[in-house]
Amino acid sequence: MTSMQQVNPRVLGIREPSKLQSLAACVTQEIRQGANKPFKKVIDVSSCDPHRAGMDPVSFVRQVLAVCLYPELLEDKSLPLDVRQRAQTLLGACEGRSVGSYSTTSCGLPLVQKSVAEFITSRDVGVKSRLEDIILCGGSQKAVSMVLHLMASREGRTQTGVLTPAPCPHTLPALLEMCGVKQVLYHLMEDQGWAVDLNEMQRALKAARGHCEPRAIYISNPGNPTGHVQDRETMEELIRFVAAEGLVLLAEEVYQDSVFGHDKEFLSYKKVLFDMGKELSETVELVSFHSLSSPCIGECGLRGGYMEIINMEPEVTKHLKRMLGPYTPPVLPQLALQLMVNPPTPGELSYQTYLQEILHIKTTLSQNAQRAHEFLNALPGMTCQPAMAGVFLFPCLHLPTEMIEEAKMLGVKADVLYCQRLLEEEGVCLGAGCENGQEDQNYHIRLCVLAPPDTLDQVLARLRSFHLRLLSRFP
Amino acid sequence: MSQQAANGVPHRGKVLTLDSMNPNVKRVEYAVRGPIVQRAVQIEKELKEGVKKPFTEVIKANIGDAHAMGQKPITFLRQVLALCSYPELLEDNKFPEDAKQRAQRILDACGGHSIGAYSASQGIECIRQDVARYIEKRDGGIPSNPDNIYLSTGASDAIVTMLKLLVRGEGRDRTGVMISIPQYPLYSAAVADLGAVQVSYYLDEDKCWSLDVTEVRRALNEARQHCNPRVLCIINPGNPTGQVQSRQCIEDVIKFAKEEHLFLMADEVYQDNVYAEGCKFHSFKKVLFEMGPEYSSTLEMASFHSTSKCYMGECGFRGGYMEVINMDPEVKAQLTKLVSVRLCPPVPGQALLDLVVNPPLPDEPSYTTFMKERSAVLAALAEKARLTEQIFNTVPGITCNPVQGAMYTFPRITLPQKAIDKAKEEGTVPDMLYCMRLLEEEGICLVPGSGFGQREGTFHFRMTILPPTEKLKVVLEKISHFHQRFTKEFS
Repeated sequence: MTSMQQVNPRVLGIREPSKLQSLAACVTQEIRQGANKPFKKVIDVSSCDPHRAGMDPVSFVRQVLAVCLYPELLEDKSLPLDVRQRAQTLLGACEGRSVGSYSTTSCGLPLVQKSVAEFITSRDVGVKSRLEDIILCGGSQKAVSMVLHLMASREGRTQTGVLTPAPCPHTLPALLEMCGVKQVLYHLMEDQGWAVDLNEMQRALKAARGHCEPRAIYISNPGNPTGHVQDRETMEELIRFVAAEGLVLLAEEVYQDSVFGHDKEFLSYKKVLFDMGKELSETVELVSFHSLSSPCIGECGLRGGYMEIINMEPEVTKHLKRMLGPYTPPVLPQLALQLMVNPPTPGELSYQTYLQEILHIKTTLSQNAQRAHEFLNALPGMTCQPAMAGVFLFPCLHLPTEMIEEAKMLGVKADVLYCQRLLEEEGVCLGAGCENGQEDQNYHIRLCVLAPPDTLDQVLARLRSFHLRLLSRFP
Repeated sequence: MSQQAANGVPHRGKVLTLDSMNPNVKRVEYAVRGPIVQRAVQIEKELKEGVKKPFTEVIKANIGDAHAMGQKPITFLRQVLALCSYPELLEDNKFPEDAKQRAQRILDACGGHSIGAYSASQGIECIRQDVARYIEKRDGGIPSNPDNIYLSTGASDAIVTMLKLLVRGEGRDRTGVMISIPQYPLYSAAVADLGAVQVSYYLDEDKCWSLDVTEVRRALNEARQHCNPRVLCIINPGNPTGQVQSRQCIEDVIKFAKEEHLFLMADEVYQDNVYAEGCKFHSFKKVLFEMGPEYSSTLEMASFHSTSKCYMGECGFRGGYMEVINMDPEVKAQLTKLVSVRLCPPVPGQALLDLVVNPPLPDEPSYTTFMKERSAVLAALAEKARLTEQIFNTVPGITCNPVQGAMYTFPRITLPQKAIDKAKEEGTVPDMLYCMRLLEEEGICLVPGSGFGQREGTFHFRMTILPPTEKLKVVLEKISHFHQRFTKEFS
């Protein structure tokens, strides 16, 4: 029998996933089996999973997908004509007119690649995007892992390193470990709304060079979990830094559609790069990522996304595409992606409903983020930066020393202990800041605010109840 | 800051180069989508642009994609998936009750009743339970534990995950992975990508591509001199060979794997695709357990299945699962951790898999249509398998083993020495030269046998038996004529 000694050491080295979500599932199961708890239902807002939280899918997307799945519905007059026409177009782009066929190539369906390229071109006001640079994948997590795997080289002092923000998306640290690249943390400035500090980035890079080969920098903009939106000036500085230091820029931009901060605007790294002139725009290696997990669409479970590859060495790109050969992306999410980047336009039958639904999601998000920020910031022992985009709030916990000591004794991080107790006592599941790569003594919690307002209110009420009770125990 | 940065000079040259990139990735090849397919796609483009060719369409008989070749999806499966996608359709009377019930059950198991929510990383629990029940039923009651079931993004994902878990060591201690020659090149690609050692064992072409344990033992002993062989991969029914292993053979493999302490990986994605008289699919798990506790409580195994083949042909959904047997609980926990990194498999694929393991029952409204459609697909494939073997064997220079199962034929072609020399001249391999010529002259895209592995000095090609029967007849005829022309040209 295979023993632990015979398991791939790299797998052994991947950190354990957070126990919190499985604990939440356990508690849910216990309630289902009749256990008596101080709450009726567990609310899990530790990840960005809008549908799970109770948000509705976008009707147009689901209608078109239904017709694509069961083309007899093309004759169904109760479905809007534009839905059926779009399904017709999408089916035409599938091999054998079936969503059950493999994609045409390992990079996806050409029609979808084209739609994505057109979307990017339009978004970036004239900076052209090419079909050949678009690779469709089963989600941004998969896409990022592909690129990291491509870059992963060697061990020890020459191991590939990737500069990663602290805090980063909670799904990233384990991904880096699985791909065998070294995580090099650069701390974001909490008191400046989690802005990037270039000096800090340079410090991190310099320190890293002794014990790994930093080759890339991962940037999440708009920030996950920080909700920070970078301004052009910062982005230009980062691009110059990346160019000077010889790093590949990995730009995760999944929250680009959910900017709600006052006077804030999403700029893509590609756009900013190309506005800086040829010397940079023709040399800086950039990979941008986007996906169906975008808050407005929220189709996380479909697993679909894309990456756009700029200025990569052609021979390397060839190897990347060849490596993808046996793993073509699923077709249904590619079609959903096409609908995301090419939604109904004014005048089309489904436009009004589509617009209303998107506005409802955006308004809910923006109002929730503001309300939650005010609420949490008003709590003693908690400070919360306002979010400008995305779905998370990431408040800082000022925990009593006794609790920190207790956590140390129990062998867990203090923010994890906080979340465990919150789950047990109030049935609310949040994320612990250490999952986002935070290593310092500042403890954080992470909560997704994209949920029906009632649900969020419940979360906040239960959180306050727990938090005040906790503080009163340690006066 | 680097000196260049201090000078404000942008770093010269690319960061990610052939030298700095992952060296393993450079060794990955996947013939099924290789250069011949790229040329085929190019030709299709040219045809669309109006370029005159000796043919009006390219027939892509290179990839096991049934729907692309005109096979129709199973109505019931698509109805339930449409209902899952847009639950408002649950009010529509055009959908049968059993489809609605299935959809409702699946949606109840999804977060927020939506297929757009993430699922648990091992897969939706009630679907894993359904898979376990399906396996129990298939294997005559031998228990299957849902905790041992991992839903995946197609079988390929699960196969690679398993290999990732098991590959380790340096130099002579490096993990060796035993794969058949010929094999489905996912295995060789994954082995190369992981930097493991490929240990090839030859299937016996003269005995219908059967597996001979003596040959596997030979390969193992030889490999032990330079690596640490730990995994034995079997594809049954076989790809590209179509061979369906006899029960005796499966028992022999199990005995061998136990004696040699090998982890057995049984790729069984074609388990419903069995055509030949006297052939039957025996699941490795069933045989293992029927051999008694000496084997069933010790042999470590993973079996793989998917929604891509059989009668469904739903490759585009990337639905699949693996069942792991006799894994050390700590090691299994590592597997569970590993799959959690990629979050979860696509939920539509999980839903589809649920329907495949949970099809309409005899007393349900969709049963008759479902069985009719299923039988029609499998019967058509059986007929095409027979036709293919028959026609190819009439051509001098082409020898075709019976297509006992799966979706492919892998005939041996005799090539004149002059053709072999010409290939060398052009810097290619003879069966690639052959297939490229066929593509250019007849618009038929096959995959050269060199992409799957073959004995030195022999040549093959893999063709799918998926085109509709009438078209298949034309394809077989064209290849036959081409072969004779080619042989004549190079004599």
